[in-house]
Order: sequence, then C-alpha cells, then structure tokens
Amino acid sequence: MDWFLQQLINGLALGAIYALIALGYTMVYGVLRFINFAHCDVLMLGAFAAYFLAPAVAHVFAPESYLGAIVIVVLAAAICAVIGILIERLAYRPLRNRPKLTSLITAIGVSLFIEYACQLEAVFGAQTRPFPKLLPQHDFQFGGLSVSSNDVIVLVVTALLLAAMRFIVMQTKTGTAMRALSFNEEAAALMGINVNRIISFTFGLGSALAGVAGIFYAMRAPGIEPLMGVQPGLHAFVAAVVGGIGNLPGAALGGLVIGLLETFAGGIPGLSNYRDGIAFAILILILLFKPAGLLGKSTVEKV
Amino acid sequence: MHTGAKRFLLAAIFVAAVVSFFSAQFNRYYLGIAIDVGINVILAVSLNLINGHTGQFSLGHAGFMAVGGYTAASITLALSQKFPAAATPVLFVGALLAGGLTAALAGLAVGVPTLRLRGDYLAIVTLGFGEIIRVIFENMDCVGAASGLKGIPNYTNFFWAWSLAAVTVFVVTCLVNSTYGRGFIAVHDDEVAASAMGINPTKYKVTAFVVGAFFAGIAGGLYAHHKQFLSPTGFDFMKSIDIVVMVILGGMGRTTGVIIAAILLTLLPEFLRGFAEYRMIIYALLIIVLMIARPQGLFSFGKK
Repeated sequence: MDWFLQQLINGLALGAIYALIALGYTMVYGVLRFINFAHCDVLMLGAFAAYFLAPAVAHVFAPESYLGAIVIVVLAAAICAVIGILIERLAYRPLRNRPKLTSLITAIGVSLFIEYACQLEAVFGAQTRPFPKLLPQHDFQFGGLSVSSNDVIVLVVTALLLAAMRFIVMQTKTGTAMRALSFNEEAAALMGINVNRIISFTFGLGSALAGVAGIFYAMRAPGIEPLMGVQPGLHAFVAAVVGGIGNLPGAALGGLVIGLLETFAGGIPGLSNYRDGIAFAILILILLFKPAGLLGKSTVEKV
Repeated sequence: MHTGAKRFLLAAIFVAAVVSFFSAQFNRYYLGIAIDVGINVILAVSLNLINGHTGQFSLGHAGFMAVGGYTAASITLALSQKFPAAATPVLFVGALLAGGLTAALAGLAVGVPTLRLRGDYLAIVTLGFGEIIRVIFENMDCVGAASGLKGIPNYTNFFWAWSLAAVTVFVVTCLVNSTYGRGFIAVHDDEVAASAMGINPTKYKVTAFVVGAFFAGIAGGLYAHHKQFLSPTGFDFMKSIDIVVMVILGGMGRTTGVIIAAILLTLLPEFLRGFAEYRMIIYALLIIVLMIARPQGLFSFGKK
C-alpha cells in the first residue's frame, strides 16, 4: 500500500510536468493544425535560462528563496515566450498557406537546429550540467511515505496554471479569438480577428508553459543538457494525443495518465527496462480504439 | 518507360558485377564508401515511396532498417557454420529476404493503426516506433542487448549493394508508374478526391508503407553484413533524419533527385570529417531553408 501511494505521488508529479508541456502542443495544434516539434527544445531553453539566471538572481534575493524562485521562473517563462514567438515568425509564418506537411518538416528542422546549435562548445556544450537548487527542499514523512516539497509545489503550480489557461481560453476576448481561429481561420479573419497576433500570442503562451515545465523537469532530473527536452517532449506529445489533441482538459488528463503509467511501470521489475516504450504503446492503442483521444470529439471532414 | 527501367536495371546490375569482379583492385576505403552509397540509395528511394510519392511522413525508417538488420544478422550468425562456403550467397540472400519480410511485417503492424489518421500522427508514431525498437533491442540478450551484435560475417560486397539498390529503384519506379501506382500519387495529391474516385487511401498508404519497410529491412541486412556490427543506438532518430534529409534534398517524389541526394550526402561527411559537429546544424538549416524557399527539393527540375 505504501509502495502504491508513493508511486502515485511520484506519478502525479511527473504527470503534472507532462501536462504543462502537453498544453503547449495542444494549443499550437488548435490554431495551426500541426505538431510544433521545436516545443521540446523551448523546454530545454527554459531550463538553461533558469540555470544562467539563478546566480544573478541569488545576488538580489536570498539564494534558495521562494521569491527568488518565482522571479527566475517568471523571467525564464518570458524568455521562452519570446523564443516561441520568434520561431513562429521566422520559420512557420512563411509557410502558413502551404501544405501542413511542409510546416511539420520545418518544425523538425527547427528542433534539430536548436538541439545541435546548443551542443556546440561555443553555446552550451554537450555535457550535462548540474541544475542549481532553486528552492529549499523538505521531505514530508507520512508513515512510510516521503513527499518532497518540490513535488507538492509542482502539483500546485500546475493546477494553478491549468486553471489560468482555462480562464484565458474560455473567458477572455483573446481566448475567444483563439477558439474562433481553431474553428475556422478564414471566418475568424473575416470577423476582424488579427490572425497573426493571435497565433503569436498562442505560441508565446505555449512556450512560456514549456519554460516553466522545463524548470520543473530539470529540478527532478540529474542535470541539464541540450537534448534533455526530447524525451519529456515526446511523452508529453503522446499525452496530448491520448487526451485528445486540441483539447485543454484532455492534455492535462493525458499528462497525468502517461505520468502515472510510466511511474508504476518503472516500479515493476520486469517492466522497468521498457519504461520509455510504454508511452508509445499506449499511443498506438489509443489510435486504434479511440483515435480522437479520451476527451476529443471525432469530427467528420467536410469537403 | 518500362523498357527504359528494365534497361536501367540490367545495366546497373551488369556494372555492379563488373566492378565487383575487379573489386580487389580498388582501395578498400573507397569500396566501403561505395557500398555505403548503395545502401543509402536503397534507404532513400524506399522512404521516398512513403514520404514523397504517397505524401505520408515517416520518421521511423531506421527502425525498419534495425528490424531487417538484426533479423538477417541473427540468421547468418546461426547458420554460417552449417553452410558450405559455396552456398553462402544463398544463405545471404535468404537472410536478406527474411530481414526484409520481418521489417515489412513490422511496417504492417505500425501502419494499420496509424495510417487511417492524418499524416502528422504517422510522423510521431513512427518516431515512437523507432524508440520502441531501440528499447526492445537494448533489452534482448540474444542479440547482444545494449552492447550490440558482434562478429557478423562480411557478406555484403559491391555487387550486392549496388544491384539491390538498382532493384529497389526499379521496383519503386515501376510500382509508381503502374496503373495501381497512380493510386499513391492520387492519395498524395488529394485524399478526399481519391476516395471519391473509389481509391481506398488507407490501403494505398499501408501498401506504400509495407513496401518501403521491406526495402529498409533489406538495406538493414546489407548494412549489418557490411559493418559486421550492430548496436541499437546506431538506429536512433538521427539515422532516420539522415534518410529524411536525403529525400527532402532530392525532392519528395522525385526518384532521380533522391538518388543524387543520397550519393551526395553519403560522400559529403567523408570530405567534411573536421566539421562533424556542424553536420546536423547544416542539415537542420538546409531543411528549414528548403521548405521555405524550394519545397520541391534541390535536384528537381521541370515538371514532376
């Protein structure tokens, strides 16, 4: 029973990170209908932004203070938002009216470019660097359970961000424009919606979430390196599809499902070696039996 | 067209046989690169059937290559002692075919669930498939697990690499230009219109996928018996990207361009040894710039 609860907590924390990343995939897919492969590299850049910001922020605020951590996270998220907007403007916007396959291939190109450019010695280098401690860490003990304060913070912040996203998309004027755009781009433009601005906003928002997720992921990982985003990025994408791509609550649900299943599989001796393959096995099963995802609605393509 | 293709096939096999006959005269290093070229032509042309002609986007070609390579290598490793030396070509061809068929089966298993959906799902599922294949081989002790499969006999020579490359080009060209093959192009151009004309897009996509996977498996077998060593990490995502870049550079759906690109991209790294760390950056920039400025590829001229 202790084992089960322990895995449940670990799984929820991992799932929350996946959910944050999956939100970015799903939002971009909603407005542009293609997979932004470079999303996972924005996540890596977020972690590196925090790595370089931490010493500077430690001068102003006390090291490992909550206020300092908040400043680092907000700044890193802002940097990621700018990077996301730049990627969209430079690489994806010229391809807006071309076949979607072209955008997809370009996205892969952008992703590879960021990964390999960052591996150059002149940029970050390929070696793994230890991620600084941003927060004071406590372990709460409940009987045989140990819950790290970081996991609690990850869960709380993710829940808050999810609620904020839902508010932005459902309640604000910009959110209404985003939904209109994902429904029908041309009609939205005819209604006076500035399509370019909304798409930039969506990229910025998704990339900021990726930046936050990158910091959370780095806090749990042994260190950070330029390829660190690839694995969580892939798994989060699977989470977005499992939940129903284009659907915000679906991304959160998918993230939790994938995080939990992976953590539980990792705890079972015979299965732990296959941990990285599990997300994809689930993906294939979902596509076979419920291609629109758990919460997605299947749509009929009209000609 | 068909007589032209047949002449090409016979001429290529003849040249391969003649060059192979005198292979002892050539520098072994250059011969090795020439074999690499043949293998990469097979990979690029077979991926072009999926990504180019049929307009689907697979990122798992290295996975099928791994399946074929491991299958073929396991067969020759198990049987090479029991076969008389004179019969090794029979064993080799049998092993290659078995590798190709296993890869085709894997292609069927991956293709059926995903090809009913839009193209971008295929990209991510094939990418995931490549990961699963790597994880499985890393945990299979009978093929050396993570440390790799060693001591594979050196059966691949210039003749096999080039004549099988010619066969691949021949089969793909004839398939695409046949009455049946028009279906691939119809699916590529407009899926909805194609199905309105009575073409079942899923069937065509799966066919292209299975044929492509078969040849990737053959290439994997050739690769295994050329390098004499297989490791799961050699078939990762980057290997798939290498092949994808060949197809994009050559022009999706243009066989000649893709062959030129495969040859160039095999030779280029040999000349640019000092720039190894910049190779992937150049590839990535090439992809982005080509997609924005020249999506039809670098080596495609005139109307398709």
